[in-house]
Amino acid sequence: MEKFSVFSSRLVEKAEFFTSGHRACQGCAEALAVRHVLKALGRDTIVAMSTGCMEIISSPLPTTAWKVPWIHVAFENSSAVASGCESGMKAMMRKGKIPKKKINFVGMGGDGATADIGMGQLSGALERGHDMIYVCYDNEAYMNTGIQRSSETPWGASTTTSPAGRKSIGQHTQKKDMPKIAVAHHIPYVATACSSFPFDLMEKVKKASEIEGPAYVHVMSVCPTGWRIPTEEAIKYGRLIVDSCVFPLFEVVNGKYSMTYKPEKILPVAEYIKGQGRFRHLTPQMIEEIQEHTTREYEKILKMCEEG
Amino acid sequence: MAKERKGIEVSLAISEAVCQADVDVVSAYPITPQTHIVEHLSELVADGHLDAEFVPVESEHSAMSVCVGSSAVGARSFTSTSSQGLALMAEIFFITSSLRLPVVMALANRSLSGPLSIWNDHTDTMMVRDAGWIHVFVDNGQEAYDHIFWAFRVAEDKGVRLPVAVNLDGFIMTHMIEPIDFEDTELIKKYLPPHRMEGALHPDNPLSMGCFAMPEMYTETQAARDHALLNSYPVCLKAWDEWAALTGRKYLPIETYRTEDAEYCIVTMGSFGETAMNAIDELRAEGEKVGGIRIRLWRPFPFDDFFRAAAGKKYLIVLDRAISFGGPGGPVALEVRNALYKKTKAPTVVDYVAGLAGRDVAVNDFKKIILEGKAKAEKGKTKGYTLYGLRSS
Ligand SMILES: Cc1ncc(C[n+]2csc(CCOP(=O)(O)OP(=O)(O)O)c2C)c(N)n1
Ligand code: SF4
Repeated sequence: MEKFSVFSSRLVEKAEFFTSGHRACQGCAEALAVRHVLKALGRDTIVAMSTGCMEIISSPLPTTAWKVPWIHVAFENSSAVASGCESGMKAMMRKGKIPKKKINFVGMGGDGATADIGMGQLSGALERGHDMIYVCYDNEAYMNTGIQRSSETPWGASTTTSPAGRKSIGQHTQKKDMPKIAVAHHIPYVATACSSFPFDLMEKVKKASEIEGPAYVHVMSVCPTGWRIPTEEAIKYGRLIVDSCVFPLFEVVNGKYSMTYKPEKILPVAEYIKGQGRFRHLTPQMIEEIQEHTTREYEKILKMCEEG
Repeated sequence: MAKERKGIEVSLAISEAVCQADVDVVSAYPITPQTHIVEHLSELVADGHLDAEFVPVESEHSAMSVCVGSSAVGARSFTSTSSQGLALMAEIFFITSSLRLPVVMALANRSLSGPLSIWNDHTDTMMVRDAGWIHVFVDNGQEAYDHIFWAFRVAEDKGVRLPVAVNLDGFIMTHMIEPIDFEDTELIKKYLPPHRMEGALHPDNPLSMGCFAMPEMYTETQAARDHALLNSYPVCLKAWDEWAALTGRKYLPIETYRTEDAEYCIVTMGSFGETAMNAIDELRAEGEKVGGIRIRLWRPFPFDDFFRAAAGKKYLIVLDRAISFGGPGGPVALEVRNALYKKTKAPTVVDYVAGLAGRDVAVNDFKKIILEGKAKAEKGKTKGYTLYGLRSS
């Protein structure tokens, strides 16, 4: 079972640990990503989650969509809380206070929780070397507060705090490179994934859980509401962002980069940008700039993969 | 550790107590004047005296977050902070009690910026007064040592399940070397049984903690929280009683000094209490019928005990160590006035604020405050508060 992808979907865990009945928008690929991540992790998992869409839609009292133990504390600290869970269990197991058992400790947060407000805490948790996985669900906005820009919002995207206007192109900075920031912590495992590539995603999460020490998985999570696309097209846009190399799928094991998916035919970014309301105002020249940036960044990653 | 009396810095005595309490997780971030507590704990772990995970976090926000995580899985968890550190963790400080997690913290009280000052007053703890924690104030090193066990005992009680802050005055106590009676670890084990938390996070029994509430649920959650805090009172008493039975050292929620025949009293919280006793003795020798009331348990506030202590007194001079800006004055005086409101024959309350950010308040100052306060009360000058020793130029 080296690679999930060469096996059929029948081999995927049938049990659901993130159940239906939650209140996510129709077509939310972030909810789908959570579901896939949990399938890969299995039942012996404890999740600490940040404030954000996934927390709000899954936990209104007195209901819950979680079938694994789950805790939400605040917006920025799921990494610290997960590291606390891991430390507590580790001590109690070592001291014989509870039976020994392999448990996955997982911190989860949106791109805002991860790359902005929770950056320091994530860095601390990764640096301390806890045996835990951090999963970032990146929908390129603060969706729970209503489509504001985050440091993961791409250049040119119009959000409620980076609106396109007569004097504004929308977001005027490039996406913060979280996976590379995670790599810079010298942790054993870092990967990018997308819920439109579920087997690749599950395989990476499984790997992250098997490796000892901190792991970071950055999951592109298409948000139809924020991207202003039809609800039924979230999966399609997930494929488009990967196939246009705007969001390449790779992993970094002990500092060694490798591509886990190479598009058979690289699509022009215009294909991916087309039809998204948040990019509606872009001129052909701006799209060309995005194309150049994308090609440049993709080649950098390819080179790092070649160098190993 | 065997029973013995040692001269030791109070911070270190606290760390030794945490060690004897066999905690599982210590999260630590340095801030003066709390630093020695976590430094010594790191040594105790490094030398193998304490089998715990020592988590050297990157901020106080994480210090409390780690404790929330470790406590949520059922591990006995401890941290310590002061001032700006408490302000940074305040967000999580509130959530710890809402999740009903029995975290214990040594809170070395210190002023808040600005201007930056590292010295003692009660501004930091007053900021989190309403966060739903149990708050106890200790007066000396022995009390600090004893109250670490008491705090875990109360926090982990099935009927309580709330975090506890052991407040101690920064420097005035943390950095003092005092003779302290250490108890035998076997005795501690008897007093503080191993922590077994129902409803801890574990895959064998999945549950969700920290869900969000719609308006139709939130009010009820807050009522439950207040109920839990108020109901912790008898457990606090019982835990003190049992400690007294084992060690002979008896503590009460409200403590009194020469109050039986006193006409008026000075009310203090924290280490002021000890200096006040000296002033009371001197004034008594001069014929003043003065006594002292010390508030040990700040939350839940022991109303009945306080009424009993204050009954029949003409005046109460409350000595605060923080200001509620733009409000009625000191937070303790505010509490006392509120407690006495509409009581028949309630004593007149005079509010003094002194000792901000470590300014010394010596026995003579106490005497001045007491006599001046008495004079004010006699003249009915009880509005607002007096900032004692304020230099005008
Ligand atoms: C300290 C703090 N600041 C702000 C907020 C408000 N807030 C809640 S969720 C959220 C945005 C979450 O965005 P992200 O992490 O990207 O997750 P998403 O909702 O997009 O999945 C914000 C700003 C908060 N809860 N706490
Ligand atoms: S706003 Fe976006 S991320 Fe949030 S629930 Fe809706 S689709 Fe999902």
